[in-house]
Amino acid sequence: MSLIVDVRHDRPPLDLRLELPEGAITSVVGPSGSGKTSTLRVVAGLWAPAAGSITFGDTTWFSSAARINLPPRDRSIGVVPQRYALFPHLTARQNVEASLLHLPRAQRSPRAEAALARAHVAGLGARYPHELSGGQQQRVAVARAIAREPRVLLLDEPFSSVDRSTRKHLYAELKRLHAELGCTVMLVTHDLDEAALLSSHLCLIRRGRLVQGGATQAVLARPDSAEAARLLDYANIHRASLVSHDIDRRVSLLDWHGVRLTAPLDGRFNPGDPVDWAISQAEVLPADAGGHPAGGNTVPTTVRDLVTLGDDLYLRLAPAPAPALTLHMKVSRHVTLHRDVSADSPLLVRLTPSAIVTMAPSDDGDAGARAHE
Amino acid sequence: MEWDAIRLSLVLAGWTLAILLPAGVVLGRWLATARFAGRHWVEGLLALPLVLPPTVLGYYLLVAMGGTSSIGRWFQATTGTTLAFSFTGLVVASLLFNLPFAVQPIQRAIEAIDPDVREAAVCCGMTPWQTLLRVELPLAWPGVLSAAVLTFAHTLGEFGVVLMVGGNIPGETRTVALAIYDRAQSFDTGAAGSMSLMLLAVSFVTIAVSYGIGSRLPGSRRRS
Repeated sequence: MSLIVDVRHDRPPLDLRLELPEGAITSVVGPSGSGKTSTLRVVAGLWAPAAGSITFGDTTWFSSAARINLPPRDRSIGVVPQRYALFPHLTARQNVEASLLHLPRAQRSPRAEAALARAHVAGLGARYPHELSGGQQQRVAVARAIAREPRVLLLDEPFSSVDRSTRKHLYAELKRLHAELGCTVMLVTHDLDEAALLSSHLCLIRRGRLVQGGATQAVLARPDSAEAARLLDYANIHRASLVSHDIDRRVSLLDWHGVRLTAPLDGRFNPGDPVDWAISQAEVLPADAGGHPAGGNTVPTTVRDLVTLGDDLYLRLAPAPAPALTLHMKVSRHVTLHRDVSADSPLLVRLTPSAIVTMAPSDDGDAGARAHE
Repeated sequence: MEWDAIRLSLVLAGWTLAILLPAGVVLGRWLATARFAGRHWVEGLLALPLVLPPTVLGYYLLVAMGGTSSIGRWFQATTGTTLAFSFTGLVVASLLFNLPFAVQPIQRAIEAIDPDVREAAVCCGMTPWQTLLRVELPLAWPGVLSAAVLTFAHTLGEFGVVLMVGGNIPGETRTVALAIYDRAQSFDTGAAGSMSLMLLAVSFVTIAVSYGIGSRLPGSRRRS
């Protein structure tokens, strides 16, 4: 019984089809203004798009063709808003009871207590929201959302307002709660790491369109377009041409401005085809780092500039075969301490072959020119 | 002291409050939440009594309630009495000239509620009626109280419209404000002064108490 969202709208722009598998946590990830919160609001029934449909199993929640638009109370949803939106005039327990008005009065209090206990805030029922910390408010908001025993839980950036250590606790609690409840979860977030940690499925959206969707690890490891790679924070995206496939070694050979690059086998392309390739900046390494002998996939470069952030060094490199392009590299300072690395110094780098991702060439010109500068 | 006039003023204020407060909640909520073309015209119309000279409003009401108007004729045919120069006419006029005092504080208070909180109520499965009673009114309660106090106090003190629509009929339309005017005109400064002092005290105490209650209400301080 999956949740299928297939909607279109002009302002804000929305034109996407998402399928959220039953009982799974699916992250909807995108930059600010990508339409992810609009998508959640559409699913919640807070806003009706111009066209399309939303179905959960056999139940139609919204259909522009059939003129169906169930109100939120008829959709079996629980929502945790971004800033929790607890009712400020009610205690934590009353906040949870407010979602149980469909029950006889006598049943509300025990159900609310049970939900608070599940969310690990059993002792805080008598407190008002302003007397709770950010993490406690989040837990009360979760308790309020799950008290109705919804089939679909909608979480709108629920961890963005808490500090880092609290966030890690809350991640674990969400996973545990999900294992207990088994409901379908839509997690809206702009944080890829959060999505990778929590969700089994991932939908990348941008400008109201689905860029790529699927199992989280598959999407993270294999973006299928330059646009998806950019959203997945691949700093290096360039255009090459495919030279050949080596079936025995299960690799494909690329030609990038005269440099031969080895990438995992991608049978979608034929020799001579243009392809976009991408690699994370953490997989661009000094050629002799980690005991790798200099050899395949090495590129001579010149350091354009570098900046240190904590223990990491971020370098922008001008590759010798195409100095107008930029290779981005992120390396631990310890790796480079014994090396003379400064602006304008030469540096031979190696692109980890298994980390190179090949993609269909994007329509809008040279991928390299649009790589993150 | 003209106790009849004082009693009439209190009854008039009571009726106005009883009818206008629920209407103010409905209109205030509608204006606070609805988006539609021409909204500023509706808001302007409701705020008109704030800027219009009371005699102008009173004149139009007198014309509308008079025997030559269809409303006036209909009322006379139905009830056997005239609407102008009657207590009922006074109530109708009072409702109209108090509209902005009843609607605006409630509208502003509901507008001040975090839209996320209102949406959270909807997502909790509340009906619009439940959202109003359990979330919006408790949070907008200071605004509702302000509306009540302003409406009550303003009705007690209104002069121009009351004079135009009601005349000055003892026991029927002679309110305390008219009584003060009459006594002052006839140099009875003792009665005029005592009634003015009473009106001043009632207005001051009512407003001060409402401010005091408002600052202690949950909606006025418990914002997360």
